[in-house]
Amino acid sequence: MLKRKNTSIPWYMDPWVWVKTMVFIIFILFLIWPFSSIITNAFKSAKTNVLTMENFEKFFTKKYYYGALWNSVGVSLVPTLFAVLLGVPMAYLMTRYNVWGKKLWHVLAILSLMSPPFLGAYAWIMMFGRAGSVTTFLARYGITIPTIYGFGGIATVLTLKLYPYIYMYTSGAMESIDSSLEECAENLGSGKLRRFFTVTMPVVTPSITAGALVVFMSALADFGTPMLLGGQDFRTLPVLIYNEYLSETGGNGNLASAISIIIVIITLLMLLVQKVYVGRRNYVMSALRPPKETEVHGFKRFLVTLPVFLISFISFLPQIIVCASSFQHTNYSSFTGGFTFENYANLGTRLWSSLRNTFTYSSIAMVFIVIIGILMSYAIVRKKGKTGGILDMLLMAPYVIPGSVLGLCYIVTFNQKPLILTGTAAIIIISYVIRKLPYTVRSASAFLLQMDPSVEEASINLGVAPMRTFWKVTARLMLPGVFSGAILSWVTCINELSCSIMLSSGRNNTLTIEAYTNIVRNSVGSGAALSAILTVTSAAILLIALKVTKGKIRV
Amino acid sequence: MSNAVIIKDAVKKYGDFIALKGINLDIKEGEFFTLLGPSGCGKTTLLRMIAGFNSIEGGEFYFGDKLINAVSAHKRDIGMVFQNYAIFPHLTVEENVAYGLKARKVPSAEIAPRVKEALELVQIGHLAKRKPSELSGGQQQRVALARAFVIEPSVLLMDEPLSNLDAKLRVQMRTVIKKLQRKLGITTIYVTHDQEEALAISDRIAVMKDGVIMQIGTPTQIYAKPENPFVAGFIGVSNFLDCTVESDGRVTIADELTIKVPLRRPYTGPGKLSARPEQLFFAPEGMPGTVQFSTFLGDFIEYEVQLNNGQNLTVNEYTKDTSTVHENGEKVFLNFDPERISVYEAESEEVITC
Repeated sequence: MLKRKNTSIPWYMDPWVWVKTMVFIIFILFLIWPFSSIITNAFKSAKTNVLTMENFEKFFTKKYYYGALWNSVGVSLVPTLFAVLLGVPMAYLMTRYNVWGKKLWHVLAILSLMSPPFLGAYAWIMMFGRAGSVTTFLARYGITIPTIYGFGGIATVLTLKLYPYIYMYTSGAMESIDSSLEECAENLGSGKLRRFFTVTMPVVTPSITAGALVVFMSALADFGTPMLLGGQDFRTLPVLIYNEYLSETGGNGNLASAISIIIVIITLLMLLVQKVYVGRRNYVMSALRPPKETEVHGFKRFLVTLPVFLISFISFLPQIIVCASSFQHTNYSSFTGGFTFENYANLGTRLWSSLRNTFTYSSIAMVFIVIIGILMSYAIVRKKGKTGGILDMLLMAPYVIPGSVLGLCYIVTFNQKPLILTGTAAIIIISYVIRKLPYTVRSASAFLLQMDPSVEEASINLGVAPMRTFWKVTARLMLPGVFSGAILSWVTCINELSCSIMLSSGRNNTLTIEAYTNIVRNSVGSGAALSAILTVTSAAILLIALKVTKGKIRV
Repeated sequence: MSNAVIIKDAVKKYGDFIALKGINLDIKEGEFFTLLGPSGCGKTTLLRMIAGFNSIEGGEFYFGDKLINAVSAHKRDIGMVFQNYAIFPHLTVEENVAYGLKARKVPSAEIAPRVKEALELVQIGHLAKRKPSELSGGQQQRVALARAFVIEPSVLLMDEPLSNLDAKLRVQMRTVIKKLQRKLGITTIYVTHDQEEALAISDRIAVMKDGVIMQIGTPTQIYAKPENPFVAGFIGVSNFLDCTVESDGRVTIADELTIKVPLRRPYTGPGKLSARPEQLFFAPEGMPGTVQFSTFLGDFIEYEVQLNNGQNLTVNEYTKDTSTVHENGEKVFLNFDPERISVYEAESEEVITC
């Protein structure tokens, strides 16, 4: 038989092949390579440089280390549980009743979720710490309150910061239940409570577990809170990684690498548990008729509003307290009351350099995040295939790898040839891009999924080349999705602490690092002022974005 | 200008699944050609291969005498109308229609009058400044149509363009499309699963099933002389009966009736007969049966008649041809018009009647 010549279009003519290649190179260079180098590091001895298990042996035999493992698991599991207990009822009330000030509570929930990572802990120290305002006030009457340092305090702060994840995931799912499903249950003779537990709950459970997973991972990765509230005796794994790295002078962070591996294994296990659980209970639901909210009046309306108000207000309180405190006089290590701007005035040049760093780094990161985010979400959604699936998986990495671990990865990898980046601004910006990219990609993908692919084909068909069509039509139509994701990426960049604190060399300090450093040094005035600036900036960006997108920001 | 479209041995594979098994088509310049078939038959797949949105695993595609296999989608000079219109939501109606002209670098002085003319042709000149979100489904479809033909493409492709419209609008729009195509003379390839629509609109139809073309012909040929039981059953309604065929054209059905049909080639053996409800009639003698059920539909009466072997046949009798309505349970005799029915080989399902 005659072999016909291949007449189809060659693969290298497809620009998406090149886009995917480029994205892969970025991920290999700044995620896979750094991470694999700490894997090898974890199995190396600090002195002899031969393969060994001694780092893991040391970890699992000394209480100092393995104790932190239990602490970490504890301060992740307990807040997850309590976040579910707060978030689910709040979601139910908010989606089903005419709660007073609904929009406000929703915004407050987003604001507390997006607040700087150490802010809750700091505000709690201001109130209930050793020299806290509430503590000293009560002490005058001989009342002592339980200490907020250690497990209880950390768990409380993390619960109040992270419950909005549960609230948002759950309310999203509750809004998409077709009301006929519940009406049907009612029709079949189910009471309200019974209906909630036999119909509503099972259907929203996959979303709750997804939210719970995010809470668990965020709590496990949290660095600022246990650092401030843990004190001398209560250490978690991210704190350990930071301390180990600082103390292992000249070493390659072998033990810190081993701890990093352990923490990543825990997150992967949780991810697996959640996937297996949801895999068996995946109910696809599209609300033809979303449930209507019940109109209640008078005292009943007060009753449904009160819990929502308490939850969202208490979780937002730290931001108010920190901002208010920043206007108080101080005698260096404690607040003395009154009203003054001196805390701000005293910041001087540190303020300007850290502000400049924060905005330069996060803005440069944003440019990359938006460009890579648009291309990547398109590659994942429209150009599925094997590579699309791998890209989608790589995108999970920032959720699985805590900031302090990624920081360690970068230090270990980029402080030697062939690529020396440590101490530069570039390495901080790169860490921002890798860690915060998922917000933009997820949001843009969700938008793209709802977009009809034939709109692009229509443009190509009318004679506009695929890549030009992409920028002219697709990217243009994706903008709202990209925008709302990018805002979250941006705000979380501004508030990033756990990774950048390991990568910063003093002069690269961002606002977050500067605020945190001042709080740790017990320089309360500057700390409060810097935190206030940070909080107000993040809140302002989020509020403007919420206004522009008409509240369509998905966390 | 308008082009013939020639497809030789087109093959489409999705992994191990072969979606198109060697399609051959010869579509003439200016022809309105329809790909008709049930969902999953490969009609849209083939259309998207012509458009350049699906890869081609085998075969050759020509526009005129130009091989287009390796030509990118945006260089094929095709107008396409999509099932869900695919209007650019961020552009106004006139910007949508001007889009392809701009891409072709048509001088801007020329664009405005051409857009205006195109919109007038589909009768939506007054909507030029509107955004797509302010249009009804039918209006959006007109925009999609204007946008596709304003570029004067060599080929116009339509992928089930009417399936999202309501029944009345569908009939109205298909006349608009048909008249427009006549007027512009652009070679048009139209995909639909609606046999009535296909019969109404096409110059020629290719009926497809499981990636294979079952028959190509004009609407009358396809309706009157289906070449296999699939086409007979898919287009209109047909009764199928097992029979035995002898080489002289004598066909015996259920040992009860023998008729003589003209054969195109000699064949002896088991066969399959297909007859449309109006190709059966009540006669003084023929196949005995019992009226089960009758439905009066105005211009004709539809009967369900049970044969002695238990099989049910549908028989139509036109009101103008008769004055009596047969009662349920009445014993009747049925006969066929031997010139019009089709007989197939039982095994290969190939047609053997003329």
